[in-house]
Amino acid sequence: MRSSVIVFPGSNCDRDVAVALEKMQFKNQMVWHKETSLPKSDLIVIPGGFSYGDYLRSGAIAGKSLIVEEVIKAGKSGCLILGICNGFQILTETGLLKGTLLRNKNLKFINEDVNIKVMNNQTKFTSKYNLNQILKINIAHNEGNYFTDTKHLEKLKKDNLIAFKYCDENGSTNDQFNPNGALENIAGIFNEKKNILGMMPHPERMIDKVISNTDGVNLFSSLIN
Amino acid sequence: MVKQYQSNSKKNKLKYSVTVTLKKNVLDPQGKVVENTLKGKGMNNLKNIRQGKYFEIEVEEQDETKATQTINQMCEKLLVNLIIEDYKISKL
Repeated sequence: MRSSVIVFPGSNCDRDVAVALEKMQFKNQMVWHKETSLPKSDLIVIPGGFSYGDYLRSGAIAGKSLIVEEVIKAGKSGCLILGICNGFQILTETGLLKGTLLRNKNLKFINEDVNIKVMNNQTKFTSKYNLNQILKINIAHNEGNYFTDTKHLEKLKKDNLIAFKYCDENGSTNDQFNPNGALENIAGIFNEKKNILGMMPHPERMIDKVISNTDGVNLFSSLIN
Repeated sequence: MVKQYQSNSKKNKLKYSVTVTLKKNVLDPQGKVVENTLKGKGMNNLKNIRQGKYFEIEVEEQDETKATQTINQMCEKLLVNLIIEDYKISKL
């Protein structure tokens, strides 16, 4: 499988994602934001960071960059796209994923390991997880408060498009274990065709026991199959 | 010559302001913090504060209708996230 990681000025998780992908035997390429065409890819990853300094709104400028036009085309024709953290914010700015990420409710930058629950394991991104499996994954963001309109929220629920929800260690998804105020504790969503996943938590930071845990491994190994 | 050029170019420019604010049903935590701080400073008649963004935009255009169209496009393409934000254009 071939993967491409898009690099913007201000991306800072691009190398981490590349390490995770290569560890799972992806043939990975880094793609600079000024490129006008994408190398052949089965998976495109938009990594975390602060693209263009988060000017205007987080992800807004990156969402209009040259290479992202190609990413949009690829996404619409079925290519797998994973947006992590700032990547999720960028995907919502492109319209590939609906809704948006607002400022954290407590107005603080949150960097901590949180529990999230797998809400749908019938997708290319999550097939190696069990349904309702609880993962401990790091979050590090200032704008992770997912928001969308009521109609879209209903659709997310009805069509099983919620990928992950913040929860406690027993899997209960109540307000107390909602780190950023996200609607219904949503930590990640799929698009309608489930070829695009946007998530605030950082699975690429959880691939090695020595530095954290391995809860993120199955996301990448689901994709390689 | 220089003066004439300046006056001509001035005629070809129109200037607008765009104010972007969060929609009414979207929580504005920054506005709330500012509001609470001012209330703490004794501004007892303060009712509500919403924080937003402000742009001043010049366009090389004589026709106001066309200029407003351009500004609208700018708002919809980049400046505003229509899911959560409203905007208001005013001529300066």
